Amino acid sequence: MQLQNKRPESLLDIKMHYCPGCGHGTIHRVVAEAMDELGIRSRTIGVAPVGCAVFADTYFNCDMIQGPHGRGPAEATGIKRAKPDAIVFSYQGDGDLASIGMAEIVHAAIRSENITVIFVNNAIYGMTGGQMAPTTLLGQKATTCVEGRSAKQSGYPIKMCEMLATIDGATYLERTTVHTVPGVIKTKTAIRKAFQNQIDGKGFSMVEILSMCPTNWGTRLDNPSEATKFVAESMLPVFPLGVYKDQQRTN
Amino acid sequence: MAEKKLMKGNEALAEGAVRAGCRFFAGYPITPQNEIPEYMSWRLPQAGGVFVQAESEVSAINMVYGAAATGVRCMTSSSSPGISLKQEGISYCAGADLPVFIGNVMRGGPGLGNIAGAQGDYWQATRGGGHGDYRTFVMAPDSVSEMGNFPHKCFEVAFKYRIPSMVLADGIIGQMMEPVEFINPEIDPKTLTEPAWALGVNKGREKRIVKSYDLREGYLEVMVNERVKRYKQMEANETMYEEKMMDDAEIAIVAYGTSARVSVAAMKLARENGLKVGLFRPITLWPFPKARLVELSKRIKKFLVVEMSLGQMVEDVQLSLNGRAEVHLHAKPGAAVMTADEVYRTMEAIVKKGAKEYAAAK
Amino acid sequence: MYQGIRISGFGGQGVISAGVLLAQAGMMEGKEVSFFPSYGAEMRGGTANCSVVVASDEVSTPIVSTPDTAIVLNEPSLAKFEPMVKPGGLLIVNSSLVNSKASRKDITVLYVPCNKIAGELGNGKVMNMVALGAFAAATGAMSVDAIAKALPKVFKKLKPEVIELNIKALMRGAEFKLN
Repeated sequence: MQLQNKRPESLLDIKMHYCPGCGHGTIHRVVAEAMDELGIRSRTIGVAPVGCAVFADTYFNCDMIQGPHGRGPAEATGIKRAKPDAIVFSYQGDGDLASIGMAEIVHAAIRSENITVIFVNNAIYGMTGGQMAPTTLLGQKATTCVEGRSAKQSGYPIKMCEMLATIDGATYLERTTVHTVPGVIKTKTAIRKAFQNQIDGKGFSMVEILSMCPTNWGTRLDNPSEATKFVAESMLPVFPLGVYKDQQRTN
Repeated sequence: MAEKKLMKGNEALAEGAVRAGCRFFAGYPITPQNEIPEYMSWRLPQAGGVFVQAESEVSAINMVYGAAATGVRCMTSSSSPGISLKQEGISYCAGADLPVFIGNVMRGGPGLGNIAGAQGDYWQATRGGGHGDYRTFVMAPDSVSEMGNFPHKCFEVAFKYRIPSMVLADGIIGQMMEPVEFINPEIDPKTLTEPAWALGVNKGREKRIVKSYDLREGYLEVMVNERVKRYKQMEANETMYEEKMMDDAEIAIVAYGTSARVSVAAMKLARENGLKVGLFRPITLWPFPKARLVELSKRIKKFLVVEMSLGQMVEDVQLSLNGRAEVHLHAKPGAAVMTADEVYRTMEAIVKKGAKEYAAAK
Repeated sequence: MYQGIRISGFGGQGVISAGVLLAQAGMMEGKEVSFFPSYGAEMRGGTANCSVVVASDEVSTPIVSTPDTAIVLNEPSLAKFEPMVKPGGLLIVNSSLVNSKASRKDITVLYVPCNKIAGELGNGKVMNMVALGAFAAATGAMSVDAIAKALPKVFKKLKPEVIELNIKALMRGAEFKLN
């Protein structure tokens, strides 16, 4: 028998702490595969967020830094400017990137920092226990909006790709999903492109990935299709997939 | 002897940092420290370094956090309200054992306060300021020359002990011009060895992680205690102070920064009037020169703390002396500067009346 | 020797550059010096002032609260700084713009039409140099020559002919002797 696939070298053989059905494990894997395929592992520095993915610093087999909530793009800026030869990525959730870190992500795009951002959007706060996120859908229940998010009380979910697309400095923005196999494959292709842009010095790239959080969505852990169904039926209409920006430039 | 150059305190601090090997600066405008980022914006590129104007103080300190993790000598600067915003990042730097250098040019507070020079952020600077158990190395210059020369020591200590370091100046020291002579040898960062913890490129080694957390039970305690050992070494080895006319002094003024400058004038006035006054100037505010104060208290029984605040450093003097001598206070809060005459009158009152509090008695 | 100086006027009258120039000149003469500006929220055309100390000994405080000499270039500055001058000290008043007379009898007052003289020299901008020339001659705290030598150090981009004009203004100011 021939080995068809193996653990990517960029991901360490450590038991992950993510819940059953969570999308982070899959996303970690495709990020790592992209790093392997591009041969950049030995010069990559990753920025881990605050949130469920805080332990990404342990899982990825490259130099890692973990810092304050929402500040990943600022840390990545400091690293990339100090070490221009490094490939720098910031891995962030929706609370991290679109709420507390809104200024940092917007201004990293404005400066067209030559970095890669992996933005995991699961429409909820995970680690703190299912509170409403800036991307929580209208009507979606969370522990800080038990009757469901109301526009009157909490406004509307933020669409980051659409918003950042208005910024001249944003080079590449794509929204993908990991709730289907084709979606995972497309996600990897997008991440590869986001890294390749950085290698080519093209500036700010972000891949927004729709992902599942069965635990905090209250969908059944023994039936993952409930969560994937939520992505397909509830999230996709609000967060349409696609390329929002693909600017040709050399910085 | 190098040629003396007339410079602003803020410019001297920036130039001193570059000469000490600083090659990364991120900052955000705020008065009265704007000359620092302005100077760095052209000076660093000239020296092969990087200047970034951040979108906020919060972002600036985190850019520095990221840059510091790569082992580069890096810096940010701000003034009181901006330093408040940076505190989270400074706490992370302390928790991740990253050597960073922070220029803090104090203005009046609390809140927006005003833009004049003040010393109201002593507690914030010396108590850590951010959350958690940690220390920062804090130096207090009282001249433009010291602004120019202290960054060298700050970087040295920051890298030796892996701790954030700070120059705590006030708006007057930042804005004034004086002749400067840079006395330290210029450091070419290329000659420095890359730290064993630095994140980097082209490595055939094990991955490295820079982080401030450990969620496993009992591990954070070990992490912090390891740091405490370094703090103790710093207390033993890195304490600095200056004494003026202390040999026959019967009263010692304790003051730093601009307050120390005014106190020199007050001391001269007192000497002319027959009062035997000396000046004890802490140069490191943390570690605070406790041991020397205790030693001095064997023969000096009256100490007068002079500060441009409601009285902050006075607590360190009291803690150091622990009842061994009288501790008096001449406080001037609200970004006002005391005059030599006012300080002299306070001393006169201490000698003649033995009164305890003078700030309210004016 | 100790000379504490306060210079005040409208923003744009060269108050700050005059102060820096005095400090530079003092330093080049081997004296201890300090310069401290008012800074921050003033708008263009608002009032600016600065403190300069030139001394033979170490300068203690850079803020001159009782100046040996005050140079006032506009009307509001006269009201603010006349009362601060040390008894026996000197007050230089730009009589081109200040219509009021000083009221104190315990200080020396020197009225110099700075703008008028600068206008005669063909460039109103050098009015601050006229004031500095008068200061140098009246106090002897430093020579006109020392200030002239400091000019190219402080104003690195000035053309030689503009430096020459500044020196002329200094010398015209120095002709104003005390009564």
